[in-house]
Amino acid sequence: MEELQEERVRQILSSYESEPGRLVPILLDVQTSIGYLPEEGVQMVARFLNIGVGQIYSVASFYSRFQLTPVGRHRVTVCRGTACHIRGAPQILGEIEKGVGLKEGETSSDLEYTLETVACIGCCALAPCIKINADVHGELTPRRVKEVLLSLGGGETDA
Amino acid sequence: MPDKQRTVLVCQGTGCISGGAERLYSALEAEMARLNLGELAWMKYTGCHGFCQRGPLVVIEPDGIFYSKVKLDDVPDIVQSLLPGGRTVERLLYHDSVIDRPIFHYRDIPFYYKQQRLVLRNCGNINPEDIGDYLAAGGYQALPGALAGMTPERIIDEVERSGLRGLGGAGFPTGRKWDACRRAPGDEKYVICNGDEGDPGAFQDRSVLEGDPHSVLEGMIIAGYAVGANRGFVYVRAEYPLAIRRLGVAITQARERGYLGRNILGSGFDFDVEIFQGAGAFVCGESTAMVLSIEGRRGMPKPLPRPRTTEAGLWGKPTLLNNIKTFANIPLIINRGAGWFASRGTENSKGTAIFSLTGKVVNSGLIEVPMGIRLREIVYDIGGGIPDGRAFKAVQTGGPSGGCLPVELVNMPVDFDSLTAAGSMMGSGGMVVMDQDTCMVDVARYFLDFTRRESCGQCMPCRVGTKQMFDILDSITKREGKPGDIELLEELGTAVARTSLCGLGQTAANPVLSTIRYFREEYEAHIYDDYCPAGVCQAYL
Repeated sequence: MEELQEERVRQILSSYESEPGRLVPILLDVQTSIGYLPEEGVQMVARFLNIGVGQIYSVASFYSRFQLTPVGRHRVTVCRGTACHIRGAPQILGEIEKGVGLKEGETSSDLEYTLETVACIGCCALAPCIKINADVHGELTPRRVKEVLLSLGGGETDA
Repeated sequence: MPDKQRTVLVCQGTGCISGGAERLYSALEAEMARLNLGELAWMKYTGCHGFCQRGPLVVIEPDGIFYSKVKLDDVPDIVQSLLPGGRTVERLLYHDSVIDRPIFHYRDIPFYYKQQRLVLRNCGNINPEDIGDYLAAGGYQALPGALAGMTPERIIDEVERSGLRGLGGAGFPTGRKWDACRRAPGDEKYVICNGDEGDPGAFQDRSVLEGDPHSVLEGMIIAGYAVGANRGFVYVRAEYPLAIRRLGVAITQARERGYLGRNILGSGFDFDVEIFQGAGAFVCGESTAMVLSIEGRRGMPKPLPRPRTTEAGLWGKPTLLNNIKTFANIPLIINRGAGWFASRGTENSKGTAIFSLTGKVVNSGLIEVPMGIRLREIVYDIGGGIPDGRAFKAVQTGGPSGGCLPVELVNMPVDFDSLTAAGSMMGSGGMVVMDQDTCMVDVARYFLDFTRRESCGQCMPCRVGTKQMFDILDSITKREGKPGDIELLEELGTAVARTSLCGLGQTAANPVLSTIRYFREEYEAHIYDDYCPAGVCQAYL
């Protein structure tokens, strides 16, 4: 883990009391700050809360929000909610898989893209939709997916 | 009336923001400043107005003029319309295809006029980040009366007589739950608000938190007083960052005004609320799992026999757990009385129901309707029917725990008991409309794919049963179905429903059993006639 990341974890921990009940909020903060849960970060949290590393991984692996490996600069999240499904989410996912050359759950080796799915982002009236980092793109068609992906190619971050 | 002060409301719900509503707000603000509108009009941003599919939305009050699909280019014309002698921007009005005319006022649009917006009373009308706006709309009026003039028993009696029911699978009477928690021995009790909306296809909890967070807080404070709790948690999915931010602002403002914290309004009652972010596990909607999750553990429902959460919940203490909408109803019931609330709806389902109306329907968005409304009114009047001249086939309610209702049931009343009798449920309030191009076997496969992923895995019927049902459904959609599969699905589904530990497993078969019940011929077409009638399953094309 880089020094900067270590400092970030330390800062997060300093805003919490050492209670085991704070585990999930702490992990969410670490994940938001670093993008995933690095092993050394998990060890720091374990020492801080005085619990086993295994207990943390038991929790982290249970909730779908937590990532144990680094994520790409563009985190593409495809909604597989019901409204999205019947309005063509499987085709949208297929189009994105082709576009970024990744399967669901994968991250590109240059850490540019991560492709994942989520149960629902709650924008069902705009189905089918995806989220790229914090931005929601709705009413997608395979053609609009291409446009959205092209707009990312310019090196702009939209984090 | 050119000198009348107008308010320009710009929806800033997640849906409208994804359509560019934030930039639209800034552009309108700049243009109004440039033309120096001064007393003529002022701006306000609001939470979700409901008609998300037509976003970004701009409403001009008090006239109620409703502009939809507004773009940055439209800003000059909208601002011009506010000037003396300005004309309404007709091209942005909702165009009704039946009467082939634009409609000026949102209350006249079919999507809105059949609705009864009680829980959503403030959503789209007030600024969710300004407690003053909630107060001006009559907010925090129930709380002082409840704390000063009502005993906890009186409040619980009022809630019980209102007939309000919870939104878990069973539709449990809210007043009875409160009473059980109040009677449970112990000085330390907790209130939890369930905003973990994990059901795919539902977004009302998010919309209420984004649009009117104080109504939920006010309901929770009253609940805390009634059951004797001093600490509350709002459990919100981490996937809802805007809802979390606005709820956080609301909590801070409520503390500053003395509605939260020590000695609330001089009553001697202490209550405070914190946000707990859910990290993405559908099963945490189950009460014992949610409690474990807040305690920092894996959210796996506790095995039977177990005490009720009202007796031993969070950290083993009596805990009241209700849904966002349930709490948002409480200030209304206290303000207007149980009789007023109970006069709405049907014999056993009082008040209103909120649905996220989506799928193959012309108008999609968030709606609130009186209990007992006919399914036909929702799909055809509010929803505007099925797009592109396709045929209406089914409505799915209750998410992965619910079922599919066929077109033959279009005249059924929509309430707790009718939905359950038809093999579905009210639940989270997702309502997904399906047309002739939706394959019911594929829909059942879709839901089982969801439940098999979300099963926590500790009990065998759910862990293995959902996987087995999924495998059979998957094989049917891949042209590998066998005679006997339908019967096997029925047998498995019944066994999983009867023997699973928690609500997730007990209801997981509903999408399968209800589609077999109403669309058996479609399953048979796949297996025996080598044909997918909807043309969805690729292997048959």
